[in-house]
Amino acid sequence: MTRFIKDKKIGETIIISLVRVSGYSAIVFVLMIFYFLLSEGLPTFVKVPISSLISSIWYPIEAYYGLLPLLGGSIIVTFGAALVAIPIGILTAVYIAEVAPSSTREILKPLIEVLAGLPSVLLGFLGILILVPYLRQVLNLPTGLVALTGSILLAGIAIPTIVSISEDALYSVPRSYRDAALALGATEWQTIWKVTLPAARNGVLTAVMLGIGRTFGETMAVMMVTGNAPVLPTNPTYLFSPVRTMTATIAAEMGEVARGSDHYNVLFLIGIILFLITLIINIIASAVVFRQRKRQERILS
Amino acid sequence: MVNLALGWAEAYQTIHPEVLISVTGGGSGTGIASLINGTADIANASRSIKDEEIETAKTNDIEPVEFIVARDAIAVIVNPQNPISQLSLEQVSDIYSGKINNWAELGGEDRPIVRLSRETNSGTHVYFLEEVLRLGDSENTILFSRDTLLLPSSEGITTEVRDNPNAIGYDGLGYVTPDVKVIAISDVGSTNYVFPSYETVDDNSYPIARDLYMYTAGEPQGNIKQYLGWILSEEAQKIVLDLGFIPVQ
Repeated sequence: MTRFIKDKKIGETIIISLVRVSGYSAIVFVLMIFYFLLSEGLPTFVKVPISSLISSIWYPIEAYYGLLPLLGGSIIVTFGAALVAIPIGILTAVYIAEVAPSSTREILKPLIEVLAGLPSVLLGFLGILILVPYLRQVLNLPTGLVALTGSILLAGIAIPTIVSISEDALYSVPRSYRDAALALGATEWQTIWKVTLPAARNGVLTAVMLGIGRTFGETMAVMMVTGNAPVLPTNPTYLFSPVRTMTATIAAEMGEVARGSDHYNVLFLIGIILFLITLIINIIASAVVFRQRKRQERILS
Repeated sequence: MVNLALGWAEAYQTIHPEVLISVTGGGSGTGIASLINGTADIANASRSIKDEEIETAKTNDIEPVEFIVARDAIAVIVNPQNPISQLSLEQVSDIYSGKINNWAELGGEDRPIVRLSRETNSGTHVYFLEEVLRLGDSENTILFSRDTLLLPSSEGITTEVRDNPNAIGYDGLGYVTPDVKVIAISDVGSTNYVFPSYETVDDNSYPIARDLYMYTAGEPQGNIKQYLGWILSEEAQKIVLDLGFIPVQ
């Protein structure tokens, strides 16, 4: 009998420590990845002059390592994606949470989840075959392999994130808010626009940030449709030109680069920049959530 | 050429499991240097050995022996709607360096030129830069126009050329599909426009073609001799064709 209890205790300890180890492992992995990125990327600053890194020419086989065109490329593609995804994403969330009858909601919600699960290479493939020729003809562009094409595909990746998180935020707005607005004679749209959306503002903001975070790090679809020309985009009209993103650069060049070469280190430096930018986006998103929670606690107390 | 060397090595090792072949990339110069240092048995090179390299080898008591193991032609392709059917090598260079930006400047329609290239890590990209953009002049430092689209795959280039009447692209002859238009090219100072084919590559009349070499230290012996013999066999030359290069036999 005592033996049985002892065995049970040992089993318990082992399981608890296993759970604890897997919990800590996530932190350890992130730290190890960051350490590896730093150790491979930071030597760039010793080997490649800063003036080369901030130039506007990226042509690594002749030692031109200007990072600005790549950073600009990533920013403009993400900017375009945000332009498309934010209105569509929020309006879809409003429709699902506030307007749609529950039967439609039951169909729409899983469909959005399916969209979130689409492999991005599949989106890229559809992009090349359908969107690229279509955009070239409709917008009368020299080529359809432009930033905007990438933006539209990325919007497809960001929308499910924005919709499902915004929808949760809208759903958690207390029923009494809407009832009060409607009782004061507000129309359904006025209630949504003036009451429900502002009340869910922080959750919607988080949704937008997380959606943007996803687009910034996306690689495959972007590499297939943006043309990958390392041109420095200086204004929003570059949405209609080919651009090269940081993610596509790493994906295209890492496979052939000699380990330990300048080019190899520069690619890791790009990795660090990507890591930091996504980290900042995620921190902003969670800071918003944190603020919202504190506000709710204040109201409740 | 590393793909070809890898393709051969893999196929040969399945027939002769007792032979171990390891292939390393790094470029023709790296391969020849390793042969001279005695760290490699065979150097794969997409250019012929330089005189100074032969000199260095001789001081190391190594006599490099040359084998032409395959050939490689690069086709310049445009959309089938494009009325242009021939270009000089200089014109192709001017298109890709950004001096010519409209098909009208070449007697074609008034359309902007969209330049397509393989990614910079592709051997074809480097060869095209050296032999077409810079016309084989090692002093020349011209670069691809910065708005040249760098596509990750041959399929990407063929698809865009097929769909877009503004586009021009290039790729290994083996990758060219029937739904794009191949351009006849004339060499520097010549007016003889030649289409790439196995024949015109064979008789050296097509200007954007090169031999691919293997070098051994002295006359090959034993396993190396067998391997080189196999590479020139029909079976190995079929791999050449499959990988988009041109067989020597």
